[in-house]
Amino acid sequence: MKLDSRIPEGPLKDKWTNHKNHLKLVAPNNRPKIDVIVVGTGLAGASAAASLGEMGYNVKAFCFQDSPRRAHSIAAQGGINAAKNYQNDGDSIYRLFYDTIKGGDYRAREANVHRLAEVSGNIIDQCVAQGVPFAREYGGMLDNRSFGGVQVQRTFYAAGQTGQQLLLGAYSALSRQIGLGRVKMYNRHEMLDLVKVDGKARGIIARNLVTGEIERHSAHAVVIASGGYGNVYFLSTNAMGSNVTASWKIHKQGAAFANPCYVQIHPTCIPVHGTNQSKLTLMSESLRNSGRIWVPKKKEDAEAIRAGKLKPTQIAEEDRDYYLERRYPAFGNLVPRDVASRAAKERCDAGYGIEANDTNEGVYLDFSSEIKSKGKEVAYAQGNHNPSEEEIITLGKKWLEEKYGNLFEMYEKITDENPYETPMKIYPAVHYTMGGVWVDYNLQSTIPGCFVAGEANFSDHGANRLGASALMQGLADGYFVLPYTVSNYLADEIRTGKISTDAPEFLEAEKNVKDSINMFLNNNGTKTVDHFHKRLGHVMWNKVGMARNEQGLKEAIEEIGQIRDEFYKDVYVPGSADEMNPELEKALRVADFLELGQLMAMDALQRKESCGGHFREEYQDAEGETLRDDENMSFVGAWEYKGQDTTKAVLHKEDLKYEFIKIAARNYK
Amino acid sequence: MSTAKNINITLKIWRQKNAKTKGGIETYKLDNVSTASSFLEMLDQLNEQLVSERKEPVAFDHDCREGICGMCSLYINGRAHGPETGTTTCQLHMRKFNDGDTIYIEPWRSKAFPVIKDLVVDRSSFDRIQQAGGFVSVNTSGNTIDANSIPVPKVDADKAFEAAACIGCGACVASCKNGSAMLFVGAKVSQYALLPQGQVEATQRVLNMVRQMDEEGFGNCTNTGACEIECPKGISLENIARMNREYLKASVK
Ligand SMILES: Cc1cc2nc3c(=O)[nH]c(=O)nc-3n(C[C@H](O)[C@H](O)[C@H](O)COP(=O)(O)OP(=O)(O)OC[C@H]3O[C@@H](n4cnc5c(N)ncnc54)[C@H](O)[C@@H]3O)c2cc1C
Ligand code: SF4
Ligand code: FES
Repeated sequence: MKLDSRIPEGPLKDKWTNHKNHLKLVAPNNRPKIDVIVVGTGLAGASAAASLGEMGYNVKAFCFQDSPRRAHSIAAQGGINAAKNYQNDGDSIYRLFYDTIKGGDYRAREANVHRLAEVSGNIIDQCVAQGVPFAREYGGMLDNRSFGGVQVQRTFYAAGQTGQQLLLGAYSALSRQIGLGRVKMYNRHEMLDLVKVDGKARGIIARNLVTGEIERHSAHAVVIASGGYGNVYFLSTNAMGSNVTASWKIHKQGAAFANPCYVQIHPTCIPVHGTNQSKLTLMSESLRNSGRIWVPKKKEDAEAIRAGKLKPTQIAEEDRDYYLERRYPAFGNLVPRDVASRAAKERCDAGYGIEANDTNEGVYLDFSSEIKSKGKEVAYAQGNHNPSEEEIITLGKKWLEEKYGNLFEMYEKITDENPYETPMKIYPAVHYTMGGVWVDYNLQSTIPGCFVAGEANFSDHGANRLGASALMQGLADGYFVLPYTVSNYLADEIRTGKISTDAPEFLEAEKNVKDSINMFLNNNGTKTVDHFHKRLGHVMWNKVGMARNEQGLKEAIEEIGQIRDEFYKDVYVPGSADEMNPELEKALRVADFLELGQLMAMDALQRKESCGGHFREEYQDAEGETLRDDENMSFVGAWEYKGQDTTKAVLHKEDLKYEFIKIAARNYK
Repeated sequence: MSTAKNINITLKIWRQKNAKTKGGIETYKLDNVSTASSFLEMLDQLNEQLVSERKEPVAFDHDCREGICGMCSLYINGRAHGPETGTTTCQLHMRKFNDGDTIYIEPWRSKAFPVIKDLVVDRSSFDRIQQAGGFVSVNTSGNTIDANSIPVPKVDADKAFEAAACIGCGACVASCKNGSAMLFVGAKVSQYALLPQGQVEATQRVLNMVRQMDEEGFGNCTNTGACEIECPKGISLENIARMNREYLKASVK
């Protein structure tokens, strides 16, 4: 396997323009002769399918939900970055590029990230033209806020529902193309394999999730935009259906899988409540602007809280450990996500966690200081310079409600506790995966004709994605990169003609899919699919989670292999193949997670450094901070599939060269 | 301190093998349900139990479990998304129920939402309404004008956002005695009616969307307002009024 990143020559800021100017084109009258398949209709897939449809290609788009509008992108809360400099605070393409590279801990490609920053402004223009109702200032101009450790206000948002509004915008563009007949939408369809003919991607095998029918679909190019793989941990902030199957199937067919160990853990989620829990819920990061994070200073207080004998409000100020403010005086509660997450884990591991469940994992996010200070501010602003304590608190709560009301309500619904009166309980959770299918500058995988976009690919984020850049990447890929690069590939396909789904390659792929379905349905096991998924998740969280070490990773590799063997021997899947069968859907997805999980541990084991979201306990400085090894580890780790036992996978390295940026150490003290 | 406790419940659930067969209510006993569980986690627990008894699990729709994707549905004790207002089924928690309760769970019922299996219904009619005109016809070429050259008064932007917050769950249709989709369509029409973008096609938009809505077999609105009460996102009846105004305007043109 050869990794050719196809990064264009020339100065960084001209690379994309020059490249675009030299990419091949397909004339409008030839486009209707060409078929393109897009798997996934989240931000990346919907924008790609809409754009390719509009150009005139025949597009077939697939998603497993009942409507493209429900893709996981809908759940993103915070916002989307763009270098518009509307606030005149010195933002520029260069700064967005620089912050993103630095935020990725110098493990992303310069050229890709620069392109992302370049097209970012265009994304906002496009979305506004489509009628996305972004937040506005009174003068009618777009409003911006700042996000996670950045010094400029470049984040565009729509209340706490930015992902929803962006996705509905992309869905409207897609709907328009569907209405015009240029895109054919396949809802409730799951791609279960890629079909290659003469080494090129030529189609997919999909299962109609309503009838169970296995379908063959051919195309001249296939775009995979199937999202991230965080659900390998079972518990995560991802939607329940998010899975790795589409990416994993192309990996099995020869696409390299890059940096699987890079997982972003989000520090402010609602802690696990019990063993029946199915997923975790994010509390927007913006809360960290107003809340102070603490645990009790004394272990006996933490124990008393867990036992229900003490309330957090009864702990005196001097008995609280505001550990982020203590350890990171410069950034305090606003340290980057990985730092905040690990610091919480450190306290809980040391016995100071406050949640009364079998894990004891949880810390407080306390708004009482903010209530007082904001209450006072508001009172003064109203001309009341001598407010009573009570007045201050009422005004402060009102201020909080205006700013975070919907989040506080959501918290109360889930936990039955009122965060205005008692501190929120939070704990880190798996959130976003930066690794994914390896792609070149054109977003093409190592399989010709198979492109990968959005969270499903590995590009742009390096090791530690910042907030508000995943949405940006999804739309950049779909609206502004793939239309050019896919066309470049398709320029050589004008004469290919219709691709027959009766070719032996299609028949064989279909048979393989049917065989694996029948294998599960005839497996006379005793345990449910979730049983295995939960066990896998447990190993992943404990040994391939927030902090990893050599011994734990080796154990994880071993244990996952055992769980996988047991899964094939003992899983029980009810129902039949020719009907709607959610248990079967889960079984097929968990089978892939059981291979991916092991590869993630392998990747974490070989990455002998700590960078961004990846923290290897052996590589830290005297104060417990990450130690990167730029000399030896400045590469993308891309794996080649060598069978279900992923310990046999082969690692290829793409060296990362920093020509335009000087690598600097991280310091949040 | 955790206030969670375990309760035992009886479930009366609509089971239907597929669109063609007749369905009926089945009864299940479920013990040790944590009151901290969500309603869907309770169903997961039931399904684990059914599968381990080698019975077929109950099919239901869900995905984000955060109240935003609109995938979950369910008629619970005769109400869309259950007893709590402003809440999707996935955000409903078992602490709202008592030990010993009997809970009825049925699929959305409406001619335009045929049952696919058990509690899963087909809501693709909503997509077809959107495809008939719920968009601004702008090319995705990236050659649009700078975003700030289309100023939108904050009040309008906020109103448009409120309408755009509809999650397309279909509770409005399911709770309407006429099976009308006016709240959903009204929300979409309003979003664009309130914004300067796409005004040129406003006439066609509302006519096309309403025509498609009728073709899909949704009923007429008789202003009973059940939709607004059961809508988990607080989409207001004002949107129906706005759509009617837009429709009238378009019809007389
Ligand atoms: C709670 C939460 C909050 C977030 N907040 C932010 C934020 O504020 N800012 C930010 O930038 N990012 C945020 N993110 C991250 C961001 O939302 C995602 O990275 C991004 O939306 C992924 O988009 P996507 O198009 O790549 O994939 P997705 O939106 O996950 O779409 C995947 C699509 O693929 C389809 N699919 C998958 N597998 C198959 C298959 N086998 N066959 C057919 N179809 C398939 C699905 O049906 C779906 O349509 C957040 C994430 C979460 C979980
Ligand atoms: S209007 Fe309300 S009830 Fe109807 S689909 Fe939208 S969110 Fe659901
Ligand atoms: S599962 Fe997404 S709204 Fe309920």
